[in-house]
Amino acid sequence: MRRFPTLPVALALLAVALVLPFMMTGFRLFQFTQVFIYAIALLGLNILTGFNGQISLGHGAFYAVGAYASAIMMDRWSVPFLLTLPVAGLLCLVVGFLFGIPALRLEGLYLALATFALALAVPQILKYFEHWTGGSQGIVLSKPDPPVFLGRADAPLGLKLTPDQWLYFVTLAVLVVLFVLAANLLAGRTGRALVAIRDNAIAAQAMGVNNALYKSLTFGVSAAYTGVAGALSAGAVAYVAPDTFNVFLSITFLVGIVIGGLASIAGALFGAFFIQFVPNWAQEISKAAPWAIYGIFLIVFMYVMPRGIAGFLRLAWVRLARARAGTPARA
Amino acid sequence: MSRTPLTLVLLAVVALALGIPASAQTPGVTATEIKIGNTNPYSGPASAYGTIGKAEAAYFKKVNEEGGINGRKINFVTLDDGYSPPKAVEMVRRLVEQDQVLAVFQPLGTPTNSAIHKYMNQQKVPQLFVATGATKWGDPKNFPWTMGWQPTYQAEGKIYAAYILKNLPNAKVGILYQNDDYGKDYLKGFKDGLGDAAKKIVVMEQSYEVTDPTVDSQIVNLKNSGADVFFNVTIPKFAVQAIKKVHDIGWKPVHILNNVSASVGQVLKPAGLEAAKDIMTVQYLKDPTDPQWKNDQAYKDWLAFMKKYYPDGNTEDAFNVYGYTVAQTLVHVLKQCGNDLSRENVMKQAASIKDLALPMLLPGIKINTSASDFYPIEQEQLAKFDGERWVLFGEIYDASKK
Repeated sequence: MRRFPTLPVALALLAVALVLPFMMTGFRLFQFTQVFIYAIALLGLNILTGFNGQISLGHGAFYAVGAYASAIMMDRWSVPFLLTLPVAGLLCLVVGFLFGIPALRLEGLYLALATFALALAVPQILKYFEHWTGGSQGIVLSKPDPPVFLGRADAPLGLKLTPDQWLYFVTLAVLVVLFVLAANLLAGRTGRALVAIRDNAIAAQAMGVNNALYKSLTFGVSAAYTGVAGALSAGAVAYVAPDTFNVFLSITFLVGIVIGGLASIAGALFGAFFIQFVPNWAQEISKAAPWAIYGIFLIVFMYVMPRGIAGFLRLAWVRLARARAGTPARA
Repeated sequence: MSRTPLTLVLLAVVALALGIPASAQTPGVTATEIKIGNTNPYSGPASAYGTIGKAEAAYFKKVNEEGGINGRKINFVTLDDGYSPPKAVEMVRRLVEQDQVLAVFQPLGTPTNSAIHKYMNQQKVPQLFVATGATKWGDPKNFPWTMGWQPTYQAEGKIYAAYILKNLPNAKVGILYQNDDYGKDYLKGFKDGLGDAAKKIVVMEQSYEVTDPTVDSQIVNLKNSGADVFFNVTIPKFAVQAIKKVHDIGWKPVHILNNVSASVGQVLKPAGLEAAKDIMTVQYLKDPTDPQWKNDQAYKDWLAFMKKYYPDGNTEDAFNVYGYTVAQTLVHVLKQCGNDLSRENVMKQAASIKDLALPMLLPGIKINTSASDFYPIEQEQLAKFDGERWVLFGEIYDASKK
C-alpha cells in the first residue's frame, strides 16, 4: 500500500498559506491567525492527552499564563513581541513541569479534575494580582508592528506588510517550527515511550522507560506549546483579560483535539479550524440557540468520524489505496 | 411637458447627484438602508444580557415597519461574542471590515469593549452607546469615537454623596465594596461627591474579593465602627448576604444599595422582604414590575411593542426596557443626521443631544451630551423599598452638576 504523501501535501498547504494573506481582508487574516494559534495550543494538548494519555481539562490556564507573560513583558518593559514568545514558552515549560510532578499521582479522571481546578482558579488568580495583571480590566496592548524594514513603503521585494499580515506570518512560522519539532519528537524514541506509557504504563516501565520523568516532561512540553499559543494570542488580540481564559476555553481545547483527531499532529490543525469556525456557523444558523446547533455539529462529527477528522481522512486514504490496488476495502 | 414633472425630474437629478455619491462614500449607508453592527453575549456566562440585543433588534424592526429613518431601513447586524474579548474583536472586525457597518452600536460588556476600544478609534468607526457602566467610555479627547450611555458607577456614587450631604450632614458612613474596578469606581464617585467632607463622614471602608465565601465579618466590623449609614457596593450574591447579616445582627443603618443589585426578584426577595425594607437605591428607567406605571402610556406602549415585536421576551425584565430605550436614542441620533450619514456626523449628532426625554426614562430624566460630555445619562432618582416595591422619592439628582 502506498504511504500518504505527507511532505508534498504539507508543502502545498504551506504554499497556499503563504499566498493567502495577499488575497484576504484583515478580518479574514485575523481569523486564520486565530486558527494557527489554536492549532499550536491543540498540538500541545494533543501531545499530552492524545499521545501520552494524560487528560487535561485545564490547558486554558497555560494559555492564560503564556498570554499574560507576553502581555506583561510588552506592557511593563516594552519587550519586543517576538522576544516574549520564547520566554512565555519557557515559563510555561517550567510551570507545566512542576504541575506535572504532583499530577503523576493522579490518573485518568482524577487528573482531569485536578487540571479542571487549575482552569477554574486561574481567572481568579489573575484578578488577585491586580498590580501586574490589571485585574478584571486586563491589559490593553498595542498591536505588534512589523519590523521597520517590512513596514516601510520601500520594503524589499515590495513586501510591505500590514500589522495583520505580519502577525499572520509570525504565527505561521511559529506553527511550522513547532509542528516540525513535534513531528520529530513523536516519530522517534521519545514518541514511542509516550505512547507506550499511554497504552500500558507497567509494561513501559518494565522495558526501561522512566515513566515519572517522561510524564512530567510531557506535561512541561505540552504546557510550553500552549503557552506560546497564548503569547501569540496576546499579540493578535492586543488585549488580555481574565474573561478570555474561563473554563470554557479549556473545554474548547479538549473538543478541538477530539474532533481533530487524538494522537494526530495534523488533527490539531483540523481541530483548530473546527473550534474557530463552527461556532460562527452555528450562530449564522440560529441566534436563539447557537449552542444547540454547535452540539448537533459535535454529535454529527463524532458519529461520522469517531476517530476525529484526521482518523477519518486516514481511513479514507487506506480505502482509496486498497480500491486502487484492487483489494476489497476492509477496515 | 408641464412644469411640475420637470421640476420633479430636476429635483431627482440633483438628489442623485448629491445623495448617491455622498452615501456611496460612507460604508453601511445606501439610499434605502443604514447598516448598524452590534455584539451581544447570546451564549456563555453573561447570556442573561443577550435579551438587550434582541430587544434592540425588535425595536428596529418596528421602526422599519413604520417607514424607517428618512426613508432608509435599519439593517441591524447583531453577532454573538459570548462575552469573550477575543471573540468580540473577531466579530467587531467582521462588522467593520466585511459587513461594512456605519457604526457599532451598544457592544455589551466592559472587557469586550476594552478589547475593541483602540481598534474602533484607529478605524474611526463609532463605538456608540456602549453597554457598560465603567467610566472610561466618556473620554472624547483620547477616544473621540467611543461613547457610553447609561449612568456610570461613579455618577451613581456622586448622587448618593449629594443625598447624604443634603439630608444627613452628620452621617457616619461605612462602606462595603468589591475590590475591583467596579467597586472602586463607586468608591471614587462617592468620595469625589463628598469632597472635603469625605474624611469626616466615611468612618470605615471594608472590601471583599469576588472569590470570598461570605461578607459576614466585614458587616460586623462596619457595625462596630459606629456607622449609621451603610453604603453597600456589592453584586447580587453578596448583596443578599449583606442585607441578611445586617438584619440578623440588629444593625439599623440607613442602607444604600447600589443599582447593580437593585433587583427585587434576584436580591431583595432572597434576602427577605422584611430585612430589605427601607433600603435605598437609584433608578433612571421605569421598572416594568412597578405597579405605579401600570396605567402609564409609555409603559403601555412598551408592553404593546413587546407583545408584537418581541413576544418571546420577558415583560418583567428591565433589560428589555433598557434595550428599547437605548435603541430609541440611536434612532434619535440617526434622524438628527438627516441625509449626512457620515461617521463623523453620527458622532457629532450623538454629541449634541439636548434634553432628550424618552418614554421609559423616569419623568424628568433627560439625555444630554456635548463635544466634551460623552456621558449621555447622568441623572437618577432615589427610590426606597417599601417591603414590596421601589418607591421613588425626592428630586432628580444630576451627577454632572456640582
